[in-house]
Amino acid sequence: MGGTVSHGSGSPRTIGVEGLARVEGEGSLRVVIADGTVTDVALDIFEPPRYFEALLVGRHFTEAPDITARICGICPVAYQMSACAAMEDAFGVTVDERVAALRRLLYCGEWIQSHALHVYLLHAPDFLGYDDAVELAEHDRGAIERGLQLKRTGNLIMETVGGRAVHPINVRVGGFYAAPPPSAIANLADPLRRARDAALATVEWVAGFDFPDLVGDYRFVALRDSGRYPIEQGRPASSDGLDVSPGELADLIVEEHVARSTALHARLGGRDPYLTGPLARYALNSAALGRLAGEAATRAGLGEVCSNPFRSIVVRAVELVFACNEALSLVEAYAPPDPPASDVIARPGTGTGATEAPRGLLLQSYEIDGEGIIRHARIVPPTSQNQLTIEADLRRVAQGSLDLSDDELGWRCEQCVRNHDPCISCAAHFLDITVVRA
Amino acid sequence: MSGGADGANGAAGDDGRPTLAVWKFASCDGCQLSLLDCEEELLMLAGAVRIAHFTEMSRASTPGPYDVSLVEGSITTEADAERVREVRAMSRRLVTIGACATAGGIQALRNFAGEGEYAGMVYAHPEYIAALETSTPISAHVEVDFELQGCPIDRHQLLEVLTATLAGRRPVIPGHSVCWQCKGRGTVCVLVAKGTACLGPVTRSGCGALCPAVGRGCFGCFGPAETANTASLAAQLRHQGMAPLELSRFFSTFNAAAPAFRDEAVAEGAPVRVALGATRRNRPWGAQ
Ligand code: SF4
Ligand code: SF4
Ligand code: SF4
Repeated sequence: MGGTVSHGSGSPRTIGVEGLARVEGEGSLRVVIADGTVTDVALDIFEPPRYFEALLVGRHFTEAPDITARICGICPVAYQMSACAAMEDAFGVTVDERVAALRRLLYCGEWIQSHALHVYLLHAPDFLGYDDAVELAEHDRGAIERGLQLKRTGNLIMETVGGRAVHPINVRVGGFYAAPPPSAIANLADPLRRARDAALATVEWVAGFDFPDLVGDYRFVALRDSGRYPIEQGRPASSDGLDVSPGELADLIVEEHVARSTALHARLGGRDPYLTGPLARYALNSAALGRLAGEAATRAGLGEVCSNPFRSIVVRAVELVFACNEALSLVEAYAPPDPPASDVIARPGTGTGATEAPRGLLLQSYEIDGEGIIRHARIVPPTSQNQLTIEADLRRVAQGSLDLSDDELGWRCEQCVRNHDPCISCAAHFLDITVVRA
Repeated sequence: MSGGADGANGAAGDDGRPTLAVWKFASCDGCQLSLLDCEEELLMLAGAVRIAHFTEMSRASTPGPYDVSLVEGSITTEADAERVREVRAMSRRLVTIGACATAGGIQALRNFAGEGEYAGMVYAHPEYIAALETSTPISAHVEVDFELQGCPIDRHQLLEVLTATLAGRRPVIPGHSVCWQCKGRGTVCVLVAKGTACLGPVTRSGCGALCPAVGRGCFGCFGPAETANTASLAAQLRHQGMAPLELSRFFSTFNAAAPAFRDEAVAEGAPVRVALGATRRNRPWGAQ
């Protein structure tokens, strides 16, 4: 459903990529060049909307984790965790620290599987000139096997803690249905040690890729979690001094609905576009990575901040090291929460939850009535927050690569989109919906 | 492209390997991800079949016809209704994967237009969106050779479906209920022992009876079992104190539009938008 291409005088050169590959969901991109200048760029999202914010209205608050999980099969835990956090915020529930630790472990599993998927199957083929991971595997089977090993370890954590890798069934508002037995958690240690080695090898592998020179002038937004690398909780912060609660952030985010897209474009306080995700998390929290991941980052040539979006693959690899190491510590310190969930008593109110999905900050806000029924729902996924920044990147990259052939330029632009691992399935479902009640 | 199964004869790739295509409609990608989660099997599979179209995985795409198409997602736009007809015409076998593709998914809740809740919905710019008012399964639009249920599908079942389809036999996927697997793994019945509401008796097996194993009732993510006596389960749940509204919500989730669940939800008072209750293109459930 792309809009009309507008352009200046002369005959413009249009680079169009329909059916963007190796991203989650359905999107396309378009770059128009007239007289040697990029005049229009667009990342179009034409994935049909599924109206989650509307269908949540009238549901019981306990259903939100399972329902919102179905927004995205790649990051269901992120949706479940933000939903739980929002409900717990609304009802004034604080979870036991053992529950919090188990959530962090589950979330590490999702980071590992999602980052391994993106680094190895979706992103790396770009740098090596292959169409896909199958072609990459024909040339370097060891690399793909390492990626699959990492991904399997992530899945194993999700299965052990969550019951299933896609759409875990063990998560509830307040905690878990059952605490996994210590023996099951202990069985994760060996695979995680191997995964940690594989993650270190991943950093070394991707650090050796050729990266186009590009520095984005980003406004980074990520959580900060009192000295820990942020995953399942924290306070929203930005590279230009923002420091607010999740609820205050929700008030600051303004989304606009543009014609060519079924996603919403987000701005913060009506100001410039901003970026969430690995680059932002890293920029605001690189000091909290711990020794192992921190040293890997240094060896890979990353400074305290990385503003080259093509190098986001290196940051993701560093986060893989962090997540494997963190998961291992959590496994070693595991004590089953008892009870596995806090009591949650519904009361009328509103609540917001923010967590760090693999692709960036994921925010959910709900209004709940006295019966525990959802009266209003708002979900702000990372991709709709990043979309304007992705387009700004596209403009910069296209302008700097005009000497490439159309094919090469198209591929470079695709790569530029994949740098941010957009999840189009997530982004598409967030139309600005107002429910009018009689 | 000539249409239909005959037109798709001789779809095998240049190297003689059968070709596989994966298509996405309105969905979360979770069922496709189950294919990527086949990890090792996937590398083997990539040797046995040629993955000719799989956007999430590759930039490369070879034109049809294809031996097997896996279809994820439901139909929610006119454009997609047209696209699935094209996919059908290019595919010798068309297998739908997941609750979205087999029943319309959670997004089919829009089919139950609760007055006041959905009817009054307005968008910032509804004119930008070309979405249908219903979410319907693939079988409501084209003939489907096999439907694999689950939200998400189980990857072992997916491998059986792929292996069988490539070998030209009908996949062996049992139609019995979650209870069968639940008892098989020796879980204490949460419905009997704790009075926890459980859809296990009417839900199709395949997940391995995951929820009762963590002390939780099944919430029906695999959709109806082959023979699902929903009325008798509903009577029991009502007897245990479940209110009609709760009951109708219980049957109205990821498989809300699957007839067995839909009818029970409606019997419990779920609103149906009469004009859309039976969509124009609906064929009987399971039409092959
Ligand atoms: S059936 Fe469930 S897991 Fe599969 S695509 Fe639909 S929402 Fe995702
Ligand atoms: S717990 Fe549920 S699935 Fe298991 S036997 Fe009882 S009713 Fe069936
Ligand atoms: S809801 Fe039912 S079918 Fe789905 S995973 Fe749980 S037990 Fe299995």
